[in-house]
Amino acid sequence: MSRPVVSGPIVSGPASLRELFFAFTGLALRGFGGVLPWAHRVLVEERHWLTREDFVELLALSQLLPGPNVVNLSVMVGDRWFGWRGAVVALAGMMLAPAALVLLLAVAYTAFVDLPQLRGALRGMGAVAAGLVIATGLKLAVPLRGRPVAMLLASVAFACVGLARWPLPWVLAVLAPVAIALAWRHEGRRRGDAPGNGS
Amino acid sequence: MSGAELLALFGHFALLSTLSVGGMLAMAPEMHRWLVDSRGWIDHVRFIDSIAIAQAAPGPNVLFVTVLGWQVAGWAGALAATAGALLPSCTIAFAAHRVLARRAHTRGARAFRAGLSPIAVGLMLATGWVLAREADTDWRLALVTVASAAVLLRSRINPLWLLAAAAAAGAGGLL
Repeated sequence: MSRPVVSGPIVSGPASLRELFFAFTGLALRGFGGVLPWAHRVLVEERHWLTREDFVELLALSQLLPGPNVVNLSVMVGDRWFGWRGAVVALAGMMLAPAALVLLLAVAYTAFVDLPQLRGALRGMGAVAAGLVIATGLKLAVPLRGRPVAMLLASVAFACVGLARWPLPWVLAVLAPVAIALAWRHEGRRRGDAPGNGS
Repeated sequence: MSGAELLALFGHFALLSTLSVGGMLAMAPEMHRWLVDSRGWIDHVRFIDSIAIAQAAPGPNVLFVTVLGWQVAGWAGALAATAGALLPSCTIAFAAHRVLARRAHTRGARAFRAGLSPIAVGLMLATGWVLAREADTDWRLALVTVASAAVLLRSRINPLWLLAAAAAAGAGGLL
């Protein structure tokens, strides 16, 4: 059951559930210090299953709902292309191999936790992982250029959660309704753009 | 661990799952209170280690829940904790996606998507900022973050190379 959900350029989806599964396993296993940048890279830039706008829209919904963003995203992408079976398969692809790996690491952890080389390697990877998230955020911000209201909303979200460290649920509870109301008015104005309908 | 206790683990994590806007890590203080202070199933060090292990490993951060469950009760615990943490939120995500998909072209759904998209971008950048503040404990690490962001914006290089290079530099004592 393939049913593109959001508007935008037509993109082609995964050919099979198997391809969907391994795509998610592959991107999850590369996600050191965060899977979202890899989800963007694989789903948008490598496989073209989503446009950048699709990705941001699904991400936005994922953030608004409870649960890990990237896991919510996998469920939605799976559903988008293969219905509930796709949702299950994408979720399994995202979780199974990384879960097995993390439990292996948990067994090994106590043996290696005090190695200075390991601590150093993790420090270095943490710094790159932060850069990777920032670069992905900046790429996603490109379509906001020339849209002052959108840029303001993005800046306020960044400042409240990133700089002020306010709890996300409260920030969303205030900011999301405001943003949706602004977009609602804008959508209405766009529809009423026909000549002679000035407002 | 008894079946009733496993069920309690599943149930408690399932409850937290429905509240976990911003991800399960936001629920870590409540998990600590319940697992360490209230139930006494694991100690503080193991709790902290579970988060550290999951962050060092590739994959979604929510895997710290899997490690916690495993620390508490082995395989059965890992399964109970992970299923509890994911079933409710994934069901909600699935349902919300369906509802929105059915109304994809209504003015309300378009406003919903258009309004939330800029917030999603701002939150992604906030995540990057918070990660950088935690990871970059000195100027060399901060430089690595800035340089890798710049390289990734300007080239199509596979980020794995940057991760590998930074891991090698760190292991070699350069970072």
